[in-house]
Amino acid sequence: MTEGLLHPGLILIVGGLLLLGLQGKSRQVVSALLPALALWVAVGLPVDVSWSVPFLDYQLTPFRVDKLSKLFAIIFTLMATVGAIYSLRQNSRLELPAALLYAGSAVGVALAGDWFTVFVYWEFMAVGSTLVIWSAGTSDAWRAANRYALMHLFGGVVFFAGVTGHVLQTGQLAVGHIALDSGAHWLMLAGVLINAGAPPFSAWLPDAYPEASWSGMVFLSAFTTKTAVYTLIRGFAGHEVLIWVGLFMVFYGIVYALLENDMRRILAYSIVNQVGFMIAGIGIGTEMALNGASAHAFTHIIYKALLLMSAGSVLMMTGKRKCSELGGLFHTMPWTTVLGTIGALAISSFPFTSGFVSKSMISQASADGHLLGVWLLLTAASAGVFLHAGIKFPWFVFFQKDSGLRPPEPPRSMIVAMVILAAMCLGLGVWPEPLYALLPHSVNYVPYTASHVLTQTQLLLFSGLAFFVMLKYLKRTLTITLDADWLWRRAFSAILRVALMVWNAWLDWLSARWEQVLTGLYGLMRNLGSGQGLLSRTVSVRSMSFALIGVLALQLLIFYF
Amino acid sequence: MRSESSEHWLDRPSSIPKLWAGFIAALALTVLAEWVVALYPHFDVEKLHAFNALYGFGTCILMIVLAKGLALWLKRPDTYYQDTESENSHD
Repeated sequence: MTEGLLHPGLILIVGGLLLLGLQGKSRQVVSALLPALALWVAVGLPVDVSWSVPFLDYQLTPFRVDKLSKLFAIIFTLMATVGAIYSLRQNSRLELPAALLYAGSAVGVALAGDWFTVFVYWEFMAVGSTLVIWSAGTSDAWRAANRYALMHLFGGVVFFAGVTGHVLQTGQLAVGHIALDSGAHWLMLAGVLINAGAPPFSAWLPDAYPEASWSGMVFLSAFTTKTAVYTLIRGFAGHEVLIWVGLFMVFYGIVYALLENDMRRILAYSIVNQVGFMIAGIGIGTEMALNGASAHAFTHIIYKALLLMSAGSVLMMTGKRKCSELGGLFHTMPWTTVLGTIGALAISSFPFTSGFVSKSMISQASADGHLLGVWLLLTAASAGVFLHAGIKFPWFVFFQKDSGLRPPEPPRSMIVAMVILAAMCLGLGVWPEPLYALLPHSVNYVPYTASHVLTQTQLLLFSGLAFFVMLKYLKRTLTITLDADWLWRRAFSAILRVALMVWNAWLDWLSARWEQVLTGLYGLMRNLGSGQGLLSRTVSVRSMSFALIGVLALQLLIFYF
Repeated sequence: MRSESSEHWLDRPSSIPKLWAGFIAALALTVLAEWVVALYPHFDVEKLHAFNALYGFGTCILMIVLAKGLALWLKRPDTYYQDTESENSHD
């Protein structure tokens, strides 16, 4: 029975297109209510239904609901709803429709039952998110959007090449576990990992997201990387390589964020860091670990959006984004300060915040598997999260030295959106059961023991001590840190310039001597075609058929290999 | 606008030692509490007293040192790409 079922992703996509034609009050009403409708539909989705349609020789399943896909459909539509409230004051008429196309496509991936549908929504996401960055309207955003689009189209091609190979080898189109036993399957994994912000392509994320508008980055933080996390849980759980990819991302995020001066790039690096925790959990692959990765994706979307909303409020009200120009904003933005700090506590997994009840499941899974090395690295990384985001972001933006800036609080719609998310950060922290009930596997985990609360608090407070002891070395400077994007922003363009120079020099040479060259070519052709030329000679049938056999043998060899 | 009397207590230099005192008290409390709260260490290394304090502090210092070391090699002025990209757009 699937009649009468609505697809929450399509509601967002169609609604986004409708918004393009609306103005004024009606536009505001639709932008607030439409994502809420999609959220309501997502919450009401019955579990374990699917809808298939034959396509050529295959069966497409564009709509398939189980617990995992429902969890992601709920958090994506929730994010679209609160994000739409936050961006009510956004002047760009393109950004919200693009964001809804983007969010709807992310829901589409979560509800897709076959790899082909996944790919189609994957590409729509790339288009929607590029338009979100683009709609910031600055020349930096334009260039960043171009780089971003190229990276994601490349990722899409790699992914689809893998899917094609997978279908050829197995005849299976249905989304399911993928064994890493062929080149095609590695290509699928690589395509998904590019979207997840994994090395060596992590740089696209901190390069592109912070160029979006004050509201644009809120949307961007939620969908692309988490759709990749969802796809990894679906297809690649338990592959050990993911543990190491995840751990690399965790420390990459911390180290780069520690050196960063732009407040929203700090948070962008921190996305890579948090997705690293999830990917490490997916690599561990036990039920506990996969529950942890799913729960952490859910809570992360909420607190990262909250952090970026507070940063967006600061950007909107001050026009500044560098930590070295900010500070002391708590004087006149107390709401933004408190709400942003709640997000910072949640990302650090302080007890009684949402991060505490989700991230600890991944750590617990590593302990259950007796993976001492992984557990030690995850614990160090937890301390590092407090260091690079939990303290660093609120400290340099809202406190530290007084910058003398006295901006007012942002408009009420933005405060309302932040209050909703902050309430969820604290609410899920003290009452995680509703979230646990949504997780794909049954939860046999108690986050609140005196021992766990104490050890986690101790770990975090002492990393806070390290921050303040080393504060002198963490002082922000007007610098960036080079990343792999140097290759495509600097090295490739330099190579291209050299190649163009060589090409131009050759064209110059040719145009200077074209007459000579053409005469030479004409002479050559006349010789070949004239009486005793190579192409007009009489050749015996014997040598002719011998040559033909040679060609056929060569063809056979090529086919054989 | 801002007279001494309306100054926020966080702005007063005299508040800083108090904040540090409170912070150190909280740190000490988490270490002392280990004698009261029953811990359930999974790995042997966790049985060390104040393991999380030492480990958290130590690894954070290491991460900062690692970051500063990397910065020696990879740090550039934040106008680095703007220079080259505006140069490209003149081409």
